[in-house]
Amino acid sequence: MARAVSTRRTVVFTIAAWIIALILFFPILYTIITSFKSETEAIQGFGIVPSGTVESYAAVQAQSNYFKFFLNSVIISVGSTLLALLVAVPAAWSMAFSPTRRTKDILMWMLSTKMMPAVAVLVPIYLIFRDTGLLDSRVGLTVMLTLINLPIVIWMLYTYFREIPGEILEAARMDGASLWGEIVYVLTPMAVPGIASTMLLNIILAWNEAFWTIRLTTTNAAPLTAFIASFSSPQGLFWAKLSAASTLAIAPILIMGWFSQKQLVRGLTFGAVK
Amino acid sequence: MNLKTLLLGTCSAALLCGFANAETLTIATVNNGDMIRMQGLTDDFTAKNPDIELNWVTLEENVLRERVTTDIATKGGQYDIMTIGTYEVPIWAKQGWLVALDNLGADYDADDLLPAIRSGLTGEDGKLYAAPFYGESSFVMYRKDLMEKAGLTMPDAPTWEFIADAARKMTDRTAGINGICLRGKAGWGENMAFLTATANAFGARWFDENWAPQFDQPEWKNTLDFYVKLMNDAGPQGASSNGFNENLALFQQGNCGMWIDATVAASFVSNPKESTVADKVGYALAPDTGLGKRGNWLWAWNLAIPAGTQKAEAAEKFIAWATSKDYTKLVAEKEGWANVPPGTRSSLYANADYEAAAPFAKMTLDSINAADPKNPAVKPVPYVGVQFVAIPEFQGLGTTVGQLFSAALAGQMSVDDALAQAQQVTTREMTRAGYIK
Repeated sequence: MARAVSTRRTVVFTIAAWIIALILFFPILYTIITSFKSETEAIQGFGIVPSGTVESYAAVQAQSNYFKFFLNSVIISVGSTLLALLVAVPAAWSMAFSPTRRTKDILMWMLSTKMMPAVAVLVPIYLIFRDTGLLDSRVGLTVMLTLINLPIVIWMLYTYFREIPGEILEAARMDGASLWGEIVYVLTPMAVPGIASTMLLNIILAWNEAFWTIRLTTTNAAPLTAFIASFSSPQGLFWAKLSAASTLAIAPILIMGWFSQKQLVRGLTFGAVK
Repeated sequence: MNLKTLLLGTCSAALLCGFANAETLTIATVNNGDMIRMQGLTDDFTAKNPDIELNWVTLEENVLRERVTTDIATKGGQYDIMTIGTYEVPIWAKQGWLVALDNLGADYDADDLLPAIRSGLTGEDGKLYAAPFYGESSFVMYRKDLMEKAGLTMPDAPTWEFIADAARKMTDRTAGINGICLRGKAGWGENMAFLTATANAFGARWFDENWAPQFDQPEWKNTLDFYVKLMNDAGPQGASSNGFNENLALFQQGNCGMWIDATVAASFVSNPKESTVADKVGYALAPDTGLGKRGNWLWAWNLAIPAGTQKAEAAEKFIAWATSKDYTKLVAEKEGWANVPPGTRSSLYANADYEAAAPFAKMTLDSINAADPKNPAVKPVPYVGVQFVAIPEFQGLGTTVGQLFSAALAGQMSVDDALAQAQQVTTREMTRAGYIK
């Protein structure tokens, strides 16, 4: 009897999980399907079976240099992630293992910066970038995305580090480990799943960031978000071409996410259930 | 060192200097067919101007507007040439944000530009602040076969009464035919472009001479009532989500008896590669109500130089090339006369080859010539613009009012409520902006 209930529950949960997964994946699936339609088929909506044409991909390829945008996306997202980790690991370490009265306040303050609407600081940031010559530069965007994602990175690492028993670090110190050695040789290897998942999530966030990447670039540093934005047309059908551009833009990060999903899930759920 | 080495060295140095001096122009533009075509033809320009290189930034219309506004207001200097609409040109020229185009060259022939289009791009000082790349008005595109089936004949200059009657007679929803397709999607450049222009024909206006909003006047009530009833009776389902592109698809698929929209749409609906009704389309002027104004708008996408650029001379050279008569000939040679950017030059409409390739050419020209941005409404107004009001506040206001009118079309609120709220919002914003004391 108990087994029957358990099997039924498993079936129900499995079906529910599949339905939720399909709902979440549907926009991406529909984008991919639309990219294989003609423009006329695309605007007619759901009911139309795609003719399987690749004319949109050909048009996108002819109109833009995909590789240049792709390269910028890779440099900016990976660069900003590494830079963020460089700052976030020591910051999270100090807050996790040497907390003060103000640690929680600092953490909340960092998180509060994420609540500010980006457009509110567009003009000051634009002026800073203009005056420092960082407009349309990969360095400028890398720094910008580092700053944007830093609160999340620090929060995630802080949560992982807190799960590591402080006694292990104390033992390392008693064995004569320096501060640097403690972080690099003891803490970091133990927190690898957490760091890996933080890194992956940050790359995804940086890859998909559209507000700043479109507004602070023109041609040299423009990543794939700017590539997608160029295919919307006020007069003329464009949904199929836009879908093809979107598919090309999300494909690398989708593939990366697929291969690293175990790390991602393990990292994201690390410490969630005790 | 012999002579040969010396010559080679000199040549190399000269070449390097040439490369070092090459100027790169960054051009911001929208993803329209004509603009994309121009990008493909720029080899002609760079061959004639080897010292100038071109970089293109193509953006979605609203993003482009926001990007170039930020850049120009902060003097960011990211763009050397910008694609802007007829709405922005007078506002930005007045702000001192645009460079006057004084050196377009002796053979540019600015007098050949269509007077209505040129006047919208000319500042108060009489100087041209942007050059038109392509221009448009609005007119009626209709299915000749369905009109005949309904037992009607479309006049060249129809009234709204005739259009409404024809739309109801042509509607056959079981066969998927909607008598008329009109814009309903909210936005200052979407439903409000159409409704503002239509309101002009009904005797309505946005503001009186003292900038007092006029949505509480009977003319606006007549306009919106007429529009909502007509669309309920003869429009497509979900019309409140339809903009230019959605109606284009409906018309091309044979689901519309009539469509009143931009004249550039004619090249899409008459193209047999895209349209299933290409050989059945007729054209007529935008309708009126006998008050002396037709609901036809005036718009152009233009190339302009932001005041912050350091490369104004090279930028002007490019603009002169892209908006010249020679460019028109180049497009005709490479892509055919039907693909030439329309609506900017009188000489194009005197060209027999173009007339033959574009059966809608005469009606387009008549529509553009009939638009009067300086006197758009039946009653006097304090603003310039047919389907917009050329003040900086209009983008926000137009979109807010557009959302209210779109809701009225969708049946989410009554026409009276939509107009009352439009009056309230517009009065508040105009008072805040200092127009109403």
